[in-house]
Amino acid sequence: MENGQLLSVRNLKKHFPVKGGVFSRVTGHVRAVDGIDFDLGYGKTLGLVGESGCGKSTTGKLALRLLDLTEGSVSFKGTDIFSLSTGEMRSLRKRMQIVFQDPYASLNPRMTVGAIVTEPYHIHRVGAKKDRLQMAVDLLESVGLGSEAVSRYPHEFSGGQRQRIGIARAIALNPELVVCDEPVSALDVSIQAQVINLLTDLKDKRKMAYLFISHDLSVVEKICDDVAVMYLGKIVEIGEAGAVYSNPAHPYTEALLSATPTPDPLKKGNRIKLEGDVPSPMNPPSGCVFHTRCPLKITDCEKIVPALTERSPGHNSACIVR
Amino acid sequence: MSRLPTTFIFGVVVTLLFIFTAMLAPLVSPYSPLEQELYAGLEDPGTEHIMGRDRLGRDILSRIIHGARVSLTVGFVTVTVSVVVGTFIGAFAGYAGGKVDEVVMRVTDIFLAFPGILLAIAVMAILGPSLNNVIIALSIMGWTGFARLVRGQVLSLREREFVLAARSLGASDLRIVVFHILPNVVAPVTVEATFGVASAIIAEAGLSFLGLGVQPPTPSWGAMLAEGRQFLLIAPHMTTFPGLAIMVAVLGVNFLGDGLRDIIDPRE
Repeated sequence: MENGQLLSVRNLKKHFPVKGGVFSRVTGHVRAVDGIDFDLGYGKTLGLVGESGCGKSTTGKLALRLLDLTEGSVSFKGTDIFSLSTGEMRSLRKRMQIVFQDPYASLNPRMTVGAIVTEPYHIHRVGAKKDRLQMAVDLLESVGLGSEAVSRYPHEFSGGQRQRIGIARAIALNPELVVCDEPVSALDVSIQAQVINLLTDLKDKRKMAYLFISHDLSVVEKICDDVAVMYLGKIVEIGEAGAVYSNPAHPYTEALLSATPTPDPLKKGNRIKLEGDVPSPMNPPSGCVFHTRCPLKITDCEKIVPALTERSPGHNSACIVR
Repeated sequence: MSRLPTTFIFGVVVTLLFIFTAMLAPLVSPYSPLEQELYAGLEDPGTEHIMGRDRLGRDILSRIIHGARVSLTVGFVTVTVSVVVGTFIGAFAGYAGGKVDEVVMRVTDIFLAFPGILLAIAVMAILGPSLNNVIIALSIMGWTGFARLVRGQVLSLREREFVLAARSLGASDLRIVVFHILPNVVAPVTVEATFGVASAIIAEAGLSFLGLGVQPPTPSWGAMLAEGRQFLLIAPHMTTFPGLAIMVAVLGVNFLGDGLRDIIDPRE
């Protein structure tokens, strides 16, 4: 299955059962991720964008097998990670890591920063015991924190510093893939830029690939090679970032881009306003899932499920109108 | 941090006094708790025997001081056993989840369905009265509270991102429970344990009052109350002082627990 990609996702589905009523019967399923495909090359960055609840984070967790999938496959360097035994998966985890959104929830409040950052070494028995603390200090310095941090607790740090600690933990084992799950959404705008720059530097130095999940299109534009736009568990547009940003093919992408604030106060954007709310993922619309809110909707949209079709080389969009 | 509340300081002082009195009982008690002087039975409190004497002429103060050993032993050993068993079962149920959790929690519910003291009386009736059996009986009902508490904490903690982060690093379940989950349940368990000591002291007194606890001549506060009951009108000092001892000890330990909860709860 080796196809030269670091990560290959095929027809990935994750349906969460919804329980209710007597004896907690399964009354329905939330189709968090509903059949998506994408590839991520070595050292590349793929941005995964979409509104809250569209399945971005679930996709990120599935890519690392932190959740079980319902259908489909996830291949890491040609190996289907869901076919591995627990032990094999555990050793593969060295190669893949995650940075979480909330730097307050993702660090154990009862562990010192030193213990947090050395934990990957303990788990995978990397380095001699006595060297591990020095390795942690080096790591903390590489993310811009001083060596005195090792003996302190997470609550003594600011949000941005905590996120740096989270990043240090993620890169400790020199992973090839890092899933960044909204790594800057919880931070102040001024701090966001610093953390983004840090992530970019680290990626270049350590040759890592990022699956970068965000709802902030301007952040994705800055850091990503490719971008995939998700809506209600499906990818509606995917392609090279420049092509998608300059020439969006899907009306949803267009609406998202028109909602991004620009720094020029004189520039009057034609803001496309979407009517209504995102439909429930328990009961997604028939045909194209976006048809309930789409400004370009025709009657066929209610019947035909649009497939991703090529707009320009490497740039695909799922829309039957354009 | 603001000034510690007076109730907490009272709790700390009383609890420490209680612990030291029990440990140093032979040194601090003015008389032997067992020596009888029948001619002086039911003697009123006076300068020599400040809490008076009981029916057999034994010094009540000395008996209360030695009785603290029984209360302290039962209180702490019961709670230690309950905490260890309850934490293990609760953590297992909470972390395993699903059917395991369901079965374990229903078993816990069965234990909780019995009125605690009734279950203890039944167990004592089967095992026969003795100090060790009091501890066994009280531990049988004591672990359930800790199991529920720990399970609830584990259920919420295992969904936290730092646990997911540890899993993504490849940490084993054992490592996650020991390093990431249990350290975060220590605080609420400590608070609960303090209250557990207080209720174990009361339960021991209750069992001994009913004659199911510690057997004579070993002094126990509950048994002293029972003995004094027959002489309530002519020698009220026989019941007043052991009653006060139970009240002050339990109040002190409860105040300590309350204070601990206030200190631990507002995070850092």
